[in-house]
Amino acid sequence: MSLSREDVQKVAGLARLRMTDSQLDEMAPKLNSILGFVEQLSEVETDNVEPLSNVARSTLSLRKDEVNDGECRDKVLANAPEAEEGFYAVPKVVE
Amino acid sequence: MAQLIKGETGEWEMVIGLEVHAQVTANSKLFSGASIEFGAAPNTHVSLVDAAMPGMLPVLNEYVVEQAVKTGYGLNAQVNQTSVFARKNYFYPDLPQGYQISQYDQPIVGTGKIEIDLPDGSVKEVGITRLRLEQDTGKSVHDMHPSKSYVDLNRSGSALMEIVSEPDIRGPEEAVAYISKLRMILQYLGTCNGNMDEGSMRADVNISVRKPGDEFGTRAEVKNVNSLKAVHQAIMFEAQRQIEIIEDGGEVDQETRLWDPNKLETRALRSKEDAHDYRYFPDPDLLPLELTDELMERIKSTLPELPDEKKHRFMESFGLSTYDASVLIAEQSRAAFFETVAEKAGDAKLAANWVINELLGALNKAEKDLNETPVSAEQLGQLVARIKDNTISGKIAKDVFAEMMETSKDADSIIDEKGLKQVTDTGAIEAIIDQVLAANPSQVETYKGGNEKLLGFFVGQVMKASQGKANPAMVNEILKKKLDG
Repeated sequence: MSLSREDVQKVAGLARLRMTDSQLDEMAPKLNSILGFVEQLSEVETDNVEPLSNVARSTLSLRKDEVNDGECRDKVLANAPEAEEGFYAVPKVVE
Repeated sequence: MAQLIKGETGEWEMVIGLEVHAQVTANSKLFSGASIEFGAAPNTHVSLVDAAMPGMLPVLNEYVVEQAVKTGYGLNAQVNQTSVFARKNYFYPDLPQGYQISQYDQPIVGTGKIEIDLPDGSVKEVGITRLRLEQDTGKSVHDMHPSKSYVDLNRSGSALMEIVSEPDIRGPEEAVAYISKLRMILQYLGTCNGNMDEGSMRADVNISVRKPGDEFGTRAEVKNVNSLKAVHQAIMFEAQRQIEIIEDGGEVDQETRLWDPNKLETRALRSKEDAHDYRYFPDPDLLPLELTDELMERIKSTLPELPDEKKHRFMESFGLSTYDASVLIAEQSRAAFFETVAEKAGDAKLAANWVINELLGALNKAEKDLNETPVSAEQLGQLVARIKDNTISGKIAKDVFAEMMETSKDADSIIDEKGLKQVTDTGAIEAIIDQVLAANPSQVETYKGGNEKLLGFFVGQVMKASQGKANPAMVNEILKKKLDG
């Protein structure tokens, strides 16, 4: 599997990363070398192996349906670049 | 009753699938302990998890899982013992994580089906494709500032059930019937309040057109269709738009469009290029969800009687028409009210008539809900019982009912106080009839001369003389005997 310059541009766009032409030229071979490294895994025979989703614990932990969080607007908005009247204020987005 | 649209090149059929987002009734969010109560001040019902602060981890709400399982059974659907949460990646200001935690190819509920009731009294089956559990987004407000959008994350992270139907729907009436039935089922189950005004239930419409019998056409997805009226309008507009494009020799684009309820039109929403590149992958913060047999059994065994089961029971055990049964089951409380009236009255059909035509009619006129009724189910049952046992006629009963609506008094006490008890004593009725006949000798002549239509006139006079209290059947019988004999 090999990424073209256009693939890199598309992925960068989806991730909202702005890249200059020279960065794109540089990034394609770098990403390809990472992909090539990971691709070695496909050499392993996995036909009869169940997919493993996580190695941490065997079951998903659940919580009770209780309200015990939130009501901390100041904390929530503390890192917002801009906040007004209790809202996040962002550049206008109307489609 | 597929509705066809006449175009320049013949008739067109609409093919519609609906995607309904229903907010799960619970106290707290899908993955955090913040409240989901509607209408709070902006950004107060928000935890650091909902605001997607770095390092925060989602922990699944067990009650929401149960609600989704319950809904799955209510949709006659397959509940999947293992399901997987996946990330759906896209950028929008009201989605702080940069991805929505949803489900992808292993949702909690798979295929099912529901029955919808159409306006002409017929019934149609609509397939359910799947139900996914997922996070809701926040809300953007665009009209509070000239150059900025305001974002409120109160709704962010609330649990939604995304319920997708098969493309089995063939017109706006079927679409409205589908959403109504789905809402009814969710309300019966108590898994979503179905409130479209508050956005607890929202619909996206997938629609294409074709000549009947042809392959499916290219579909457009219409978003922001948030009332039953809008569903109807948006479908008619979008179908017409597509037909015009095709008849003019063009092609329908597969795209997402937005319904504008002010301009009454749909318009293209997202640029298509990246629109559906969501790059789903299993969420590494969440292990697969495994349901135990015990949980599934417990939920299955505690399901309430669902709308269609109730409808069929009303039709089979009470002999009600499809229409009457559909009206009565529309709300759980209405169905329960009716059952009490029917039991008290000892006549379910008569009880159904009185609940639907008299009580609901009067409440509707007074702009009241059933829970505000001045006449209780027991009281209405007693009134209907008095018609059934011939204490009063149906006509007098309407007067008694009007007074009950005014005063909330019992039927029996009104009948007693006003002396409305029907006269069934043969002697008393004969005496009134004799008076009437004596007072109208010329009409009696005419009747005997062969004009039998006058019988109605005599019945009317007798009823009037008895102030409506004479038993009409007996009046008829005795009159005939006297005039013909």
